[in-house]
Amino acid sequence: MITRKNIGVLTSLIILAILGFCAIAAPLVSPFSPQEIVANPFQEPNGEFLLGADSIGRDLLSRTIYALRYTLGISLAVTLIACLFGTTLAITAALKGGWIDIILGRTVDAIMAIPQIIFALIALAAAGVSLWSLIAIMTVLEATLFYRILRASAGDIAAMDYIEISRLRGDSLSWNVFHEILPNLAPTLIAEFGMRFAFASLFISSLSFLGVGIQPPSADLGALVRENVLAISIGRFSPLAPAICIAVIAVSTNSVVDWFIRKYSIRGELS
Amino acid sequence: MKSPLLSYTVKRTGSGLISLLLVSLLIFLGTALLPGDAAQALLGQNATPENLAALREQLGLNDPLVVRYLSWIGGILQGDMGISFSSKQPVLEILLPKLANSLILALAASLIAVPLAIFLGIVAALKQDSLVDRAISFLSMWLVSLPTFLTGYLLINFFAVRLGWLPSLSVLRSTADVNDWVAALIMPVAALVLVTIAHTMRLTRTAILSVMASDYILMADIKGLDRRRIILWHALPNALSPIVSISLLTVAYLMVGVVVVEVVFSYSGMGKLMVDAVSYRDLPLVQACGACFSFIFIFMNFLADFLCVVVNPRLREPKS
Repeated sequence: MITRKNIGVLTSLIILAILGFCAIAAPLVSPFSPQEIVANPFQEPNGEFLLGADSIGRDLLSRTIYALRYTLGISLAVTLIACLFGTTLAITAALKGGWIDIILGRTVDAIMAIPQIIFALIALAAAGVSLWSLIAIMTVLEATLFYRILRASAGDIAAMDYIEISRLRGDSLSWNVFHEILPNLAPTLIAEFGMRFAFASLFISSLSFLGVGIQPPSADLGALVRENVLAISIGRFSPLAPAICIAVIAVSTNSVVDWFIRKYSIRGELS
Repeated sequence: MKSPLLSYTVKRTGSGLISLLLVSLLIFLGTALLPGDAAQALLGQNATPENLAALREQLGLNDPLVVRYLSWIGGILQGDMGISFSSKQPVLEILLPKLANSLILALAASLIAVPLAIFLGIVAALKQDSLVDRAISFLSMWLVSLPTFLTGYLLINFFAVRLGWLPSLSVLRSTADVNDWVAALIMPVAALVLVTIAHTMRLTRTAILSVMASDYILMADIKGLDRRRIILWHALPNALSPIVSISLLTVAYLMVGVVVVEVVFSYSGMGKLMVDAVSYRDLPLVQACGACFSFIFIFMNFLADFLCVVVNPRLREPKS
């Protein structure tokens, strides 16, 4: 049912689906090859080149569509891996307690005491800029955020009577985790997943914009903005399309998360 | 304990120092454990096995890690942050002027962002669920989702290119006077304010709403006090502690937010310095900038917690 209340969420979901489809079907959707020089340098947008061309004459629309693959793909991969690690460690810490809990807690505190972008810059300088170091560093940062919120929720759940009863009943640890803890953690986990995905897409775009993310000739949405800074500084609007695309991804994801949080009335911070 | 405030201060300072220590360890280990070393980077093309070995000895690179860490920390405490790989100058000399520029930018932005965001947050809370409240929350959702560089370039596009009111790059020469500074700062400050106020607005709104939902506000209302008196005498003193801490955390976020903003506007501050240092892999410079940013961030967090307790005596007693 479409109502006034959920129209925003539906629009967001449709937008995300369209962007996702464009990313997967990039070779079918994009009018030109992203690497091929097909127009004049700085070609103005027209009927053939909807967003115009970049400084060497590559079609900007095609490059934007291919860039979606990097932005969405890396954000999704990083969020999935971080979710897996963060959740596993959080549940382990909540159930086992003791020194595992203390060590993990302290490490997470130390990492979170450094501003995220500064942590990423230091780590990238040390490890060198590459796709894999980028994914690894972002995964560590995201996993600490997953850990913090899920450790708190899992701690609350682990203290519940039904967990005590399940233990006394002699249920195995894995049964306990998969049938008692995870189902109760699921709403928090899903909301957090959405927020972390939006954060990851903004974060990787910022790093690429700064020139320490995805390296040429490949380009994600942030790198496209960097490539076209010259055209932007003379007042062109079309090279901002990739940046607007990032904003649309983040806004759509956040509005779905907001709706979900309100629907399941999850308590916790909205960051 | 004689004074609860004193004992709190000691405890919180202790935990602040521990996180500084852990952060410095992370920064040191992250850059020390990797292949290739400072001697190699400093000598570059001129490296021969002999002078490489001599420089390694001179820089203390053959010492055990613990010794190297301690001498690194000792150096920082004495103002010696090493030699930059790319310019071969002392890191401190490069860092200080840029740090000053970044602080000017962040402070100017704080002076606008903090009062504005708190005012909007209070308005949204007091007019809860009204059109104003919904407009503010809609705006804040967009603002948190905009990449900083998009905000920056939109400002450039309108105010520098189309209207021609301001320079599109905030490059400051050594001869810059007050007018040049103001012109160079307006857009970076505006961009910083726009990217940070959303979060502060949301936090303020939540803080005010939670105070307004307390029993003593209901009580004051039932007693028949007028609304202004309730807000000024009953709600505000209790909301002061979250607001103080939210303000300081906003300043901390602003200080980190300068990184992208400085690159967009070519403003010569510590953020741009650090990004450039990362692309040259100038590790001593990266370490120094990173340590500096982290120190400011941790210090602002400490100050936020501390002042929060100063203005709210109830927090001084440990919860039992």
